Amino acid sequence: MIVAEQKPFDEIYERAKRHRKILLMGCGTCVTVCMAGGEKEVGILASQIRLAARERGDDITVEEHTITRQCDAEFFDEATARKVAEADAVISMGCGVGVQFCAERFPDKTVYPALNTKFYGATVEQGVWSERCAGCGECIVDQFGGICPIARCSKSLLNGPCGGSSDGKCEVDPEHIDCAWQLIYERMEKLGRLDELEENKPLKDWAHHRDGGPRTVTREDVKL
Amino acid sequence: MAGEFAVTGELGPPKSADVEIIERKAGYLKGVVDAVNITDNQTAIVRMSSIGAGLLAMKHGLEPVIQITCRDRNRLAIQADVLGAYALGLRNVLCLSGDHQCFGNHPTSKNVFDMDSIQLIGMLKGMRDDKVFACGDEIRNTKKQPVVEPRVFIGAAANPFGDPFAFRVIRLAKKVNAGADFIQTQCIYDMDRFKQWMEQVRNKGLHERVFILAGITPLKSVRMAEYMRDNVAGLTVPDHLIERLQNAEDPKEEGQKIAIEQIQEIRETPGVSGVHIMAIEAEKTVAGLVEKAGLLPRPE
Repeated sequence: MIVAEQKPFDEIYERAKRHRKILLMGCGTCVTVCMAGGEKEVGILASQIRLAARERGDDITVEEHTITRQCDAEFFDEATARKVAEADAVISMGCGVGVQFCAERFPDKTVYPALNTKFYGATVEQGVWSERCAGCGECIVDQFGGICPIARCSKSLLNGPCGGSSDGKCEVDPEHIDCAWQLIYERMEKLGRLDELEENKPLKDWAHHRDGGPRTVTREDVKL
Repeated sequence: MAGEFAVTGELGPPKSADVEIIERKAGYLKGVVDAVNITDNQTAIVRMSSIGAGLLAMKHGLEPVIQITCRDRNRLAIQADVLGAYALGLRNVLCLSGDHQCFGNHPTSKNVFDMDSIQLIGMLKGMRDDKVFACGDEIRNTKKQPVVEPRVFIGAAANPFGDPFAFRVIRLAKKVNAGADFIQTQCIYDMDRFKQWMEQVRNKGLHERVFILAGITPLKSVRMAEYMRDNVAGLTVPDHLIERLQNAEDPKEEGQKIAIEQIQEIRETPGVSGVHIMAIEAEKTVAGLVEKAGLLPRPE
């Protein structure tokens, strides 16, 4: 899923207080899973804004509304459109995609992001989400025992490790980052495929990544 | 270099455009070492470029080994730099992955890592021996003009102490297979582990395909030894060395003594072609060390 984190409250409040009527819009998919922008988080943040407004003497009302996904036009239904129309501005608790998609749907309304979108990742344990994919556009994780060196190695080495691997940790942040190449080595050893790591992997084609320009995927066969 | 035990040194370019600093450091190293590494934004701290400082060092009588990391430059910039370096008379290139920018003075920068050090070695070998750029184009200006490829001596680093230990020799083999001509190791304090690594290196016949230079950094104090042990990734400093420094009247001198002993042990280790002295910000001390180790005069 896309993993995001809530912005510091003051940053969000600074945007909210520019208006009198705010619509706080949550998203029921990725950001619900990573507990950053789902219905529950909308409720909490709305209360925080109202409380702060009362304390600071600002005139702000907050309307709450969560849709299934902010990255799909079908979920911006009549009811949603009406609530947006009634508000002065929208604070989207969706990921960066959701914020933009919402802004596209309602071009005459300012849509603020409440989250900082971080990465494509997975739930490692309750409360911990970790980066797994960099969207490089040319998946070769099988060559590395199912562990992506582009996303999980701090230097995206395809012929790692570097000299900064120590006790299975990455020197960039030994507390939080495992050395991807230690993981790859151990996994390939378990799979009996260590010899494959002796081959020199060639230069990557980054044109499949964002380096080639913002990307679009089209399925002609399903277009209307 | 053929047959002789080689000695290389290191020169850190200034964190400014000051040429006098390079002239001074070059003065300390001239005639003392066979070639000098000119670091490339080492530890991700901005310094004068390796090629710029290398050219200046060359003008002051040194044989530079310029360094290129994968952190700051993509394949276009690197190939362009290598053409420029060669055109300026620089002949030796050390290929490194590069320290992550989080360690330096510009941690908010974007890094590049278009390639890793092994792909970099391969790319330079392709330029030199196949006379083509990474994209396959010939290294010639037009179809009528001649091919003028950069005939550089390609180096790489090796870390005998990094993790996973079992994979380290395989990674060295990868570098040799990619086309490395010479290898400089991370500085060694754990001689036993280094010798273990060299045994594995010899078993694979790698010492016959590449010149291996063992890294030495003389310790100056207990604090330095502890700092290196605790903060430099992949570096271990055995307790008995720290004890020697603690018990010594003059730790700096003891550190030099240890270094000289290490150089001797390295000379006696089969498969090692030389020593690479990294006297960080202490280029002045290298001459004394090389002399006391019995390695002067250097051959012409």
